[in-house]
Amino acid sequence: MAASETVEHKEFREYCRAWLQENRPAATVIPLPQAAYEVTHEDHKHYLVDWQAKCYEAGLIATDVDKIYGGHGHSGLQQIASSEVRRAKVPYFINWIGLGMAAPTLLAHGTESQKQTYLPPIFSAQEIWCQGFSEPGAGSDLVSLQTSAVKEGDNWIVNGSKVWTSLGQLAKWMLLLARTDKNDKYNGITYFVAPMDIPGVTVRPIHKMTGESGFNEVFLEDVVIPDHMRIDEVGAGWKVAMSTLTSERGAAAGVGAIASSESPYAAIETLIALAKEKQRNGRPIWDDPVWRDRLVKLYERIDAMSQNYRRAGVKELNGGAMRIPLQGKLNGSEIGQDLHQVALGMLGMEASLYVGDPNAIDDGRWALGYMNSYTGTISGGSSEIQRNILGERVLGMPKTK
Amino acid sequence: MPQPADFGFGEEQAMLKDSARRFMEDKQPLLALRKVIAGTEDPYFGKERPGSYDREAWKEMVALGWSALAVPEAAGGVGMNLVSAVAVAEEVGRAAMPTPLTSTLQTIFVLREAATAAAENWLQQISEGKSGTLALYGKDGSHELDQSDVTAVDGRLNGTSFYVQDLQKVDFLVVAAREGDTVKLYALELSAEGVQLDFDRIVDLTRDQGRVTFNNVAAECIAEDGAATLQAALPATLTLVAADMAGASEWLLQATAEYAQIRTQFDRPIGFFQAVKHPVVNMMILADQTRSLVYAAACAYDTAPATAHRAAHLAKSSASDTAEFCANRATQLHGGIGFTWEHDVQIYHKRLIHSQHLYGDGVWQREQASKYL
Ligand SMILES: Cc1cc2nc3c(=O)[nH]c(=O)nc-3n(C[C@H](O)[C@H](O)[C@H](O)COP(=O)(O)OP(=O)(O)OC[C@H]3O[C@@H](n4cnc5c(N)ncnc54)[C@H](O)[C@@H]3O)c2cc1C
Repeated sequence: MAASETVEHKEFREYCRAWLQENRPAATVIPLPQAAYEVTHEDHKHYLVDWQAKCYEAGLIATDVDKIYGGHGHSGLQQIASSEVRRAKVPYFINWIGLGMAAPTLLAHGTESQKQTYLPPIFSAQEIWCQGFSEPGAGSDLVSLQTSAVKEGDNWIVNGSKVWTSLGQLAKWMLLLARTDKNDKYNGITYFVAPMDIPGVTVRPIHKMTGESGFNEVFLEDVVIPDHMRIDEVGAGWKVAMSTLTSERGAAAGVGAIASSESPYAAIETLIALAKEKQRNGRPIWDDPVWRDRLVKLYERIDAMSQNYRRAGVKELNGGAMRIPLQGKLNGSEIGQDLHQVALGMLGMEASLYVGDPNAIDDGRWALGYMNSYTGTISGGSSEIQRNILGERVLGMPKTK
Repeated sequence: MPQPADFGFGEEQAMLKDSARRFMEDKQPLLALRKVIAGTEDPYFGKERPGSYDREAWKEMVALGWSALAVPEAAGGVGMNLVSAVAVAEEVGRAAMPTPLTSTLQTIFVLREAATAAAENWLQQISEGKSGTLALYGKDGSHELDQSDVTAVDGRLNGTSFYVQDLQKVDFLVVAAREGDTVKLYALELSAEGVQLDFDRIVDLTRDQGRVTFNNVAAECIAEDGAATLQAALPATLTLVAADMAGASEWLLQATAEYAQIRTQFDRPIGFFQAVKHPVVNMMILADQTRSLVYAAACAYDTAPATAHRAAHLAKSSASDTAEFCANRATQLHGGIGFTWEHDVQIYHKRLIHSQHLYGDGVWQREQASKYL
């Protein structure tokens, strides 16, 4: 990233590259799901937990985190580690909510003891985390959430239900938002760490349109949470949640979360190679100007996204600290969706074939990936909500509400 | 002859369409489908998906005369035109009904265009309740009509047909086979000696598709100039799929418009927000364009064949793009719930992904239409 890479950076990059080369894990028997959002199977879980633990030990995760919290105590090296992990096309990290949301939230808002307790097993994937924000009645309008927490002595008694909880079926802990004051919409929400393996917590898997599972309904009935598992002040939950969401949308410096193995560059390069190889109507698809135009346009958008990230780091050129970072999730998810739509168009009749069909190109990954692309455009604040945020926060347009 | 302003859609067609709609609503095909596919959800860990469908409903449709709707009266059918068939196909799409009806209707028009005694015999069999489908594709899925991977020598077929629709539901096939430089059409029962069926695992839950391998199979030639016959019937082939897609797209439009009125966020029905309202309106605009082009294409085939190809390519082009947009927005605007297996939006979404590419997507259709401009 820096104008000239220091010797330390260069050495670390070379170390990461060599380590990843040597330690690339063998493929699983049944292919891994495309992203950590869809992991359900025990075998996959064990495999991915082992993999994350190894990468953590090797210093690719929590690279810049203080040693007292289980980190490796460097500074400015996480980005290098993460980019090398992406580049190596190795499996993703199963604890993406732990790494991508819980850890940054705890680092910013947790007590000393919370940080020391929860962070190390997040890094090593010994404890999986999930995010209990959304409810049946509170999706885009998260602040209208109804799950309640009532103080009883040193404990909180929680009642309500959460929905779309990714990894809920594997998680040991949940980032829980609950209402502690019915009369104050914004200041009536408190943020907790909720154990998933205690009485009163029921997890029910939901199937996605792909047929996969991976997200869940979570019912909370008289669940007892000790007060020391509250994060930040009573009533500060909304403020803390906003910082979690900023991390989720990729607009904050992370501790190494990587939820899917394939970079957009790798995806478009695979697709272009396919277009060059596949014959349609007596010539390669790549020779058809319509499809070539669409593919090159996608490449251009992916390049622009990557150069955006680069420019975001140049204060003199970035047009304001949040302008580019707040576009990241919107761009990434919509480009991913468009890329898969183009892929299906390119495949023609072969687009009908799904995972498990012997003739399906790349074992049906394009159809599967197309459907899973809606995870990106809906979750973590839909594209519509992202556009509201950009219009209001970056461009100063009037608030919808 | 000038084309009729009403597309040839008269009282008879209105009654037919109305009864088709009520019939399919009564059958609740998606509830039945969900029972059949329960437990098959997960693409890696789920059970194999059975290809079952409501055979009783099919018998009723045969009894109502729908499968033989477009079979000439001389061959024991109802003798109606493409507009009438399209009216029913649109309702099949709206209901996302698993049925061999659309394939059978397409087969009828190919047999009609073949206009041979052998073809007439197969039309007769449709009148008697048989269902059929077309086997035209080679492995690479090219939409050219002469790309079959099946060869014919002395009335014996060898090779494999790919992407055959409704293969688990139909009784007989019309197969395109290459013989030297020409393509001929053959017809045969699926139960014929030497026919091997393999079923694809496809995205679409409401239809099935498969491969048919011929091992020296004896079959009857129904058209010597197969390419010309397929080309003549192409407007019907395309328009029937497009009609099915128009029905399915309209269903998604209505479901999304309704959801936008009942789902409340920020103390408002989400349809209040223009980021929701406007795309739903755009779904309508596209769905209406498609529906108009579909009826225009059917009418052109019925009354002004010289314009039928251009009209049909435009109709299928529009249907493909409408389908892509409507499916995409319907899922997006339903939020999490529309992304679930439990919600019917996904069923329509996948049926439309399948249909979008069937017989050529928008890019392909526009390329073809350009030849008539
Ligand atoms: C695969 C997946 C995984 C998920 N994982 C998690 C998880 O782990 N934890 C968790 O807490 N949540 C999770 N979610 C939930 C996700 O955050 C919500 O689905 C999302 O916030 C949208 O809420 P909703 O589904 O209730 O849709 P709604 O809020 O009802 O939205 C429906 C539609 O209306 C639009 N809309 C709503 N309000 C406006 C407005 N003001 N202006 C314009 N358009 C608007 C939306 O953009 C959307 O298109 C997940 C969702 C998915 C799909």
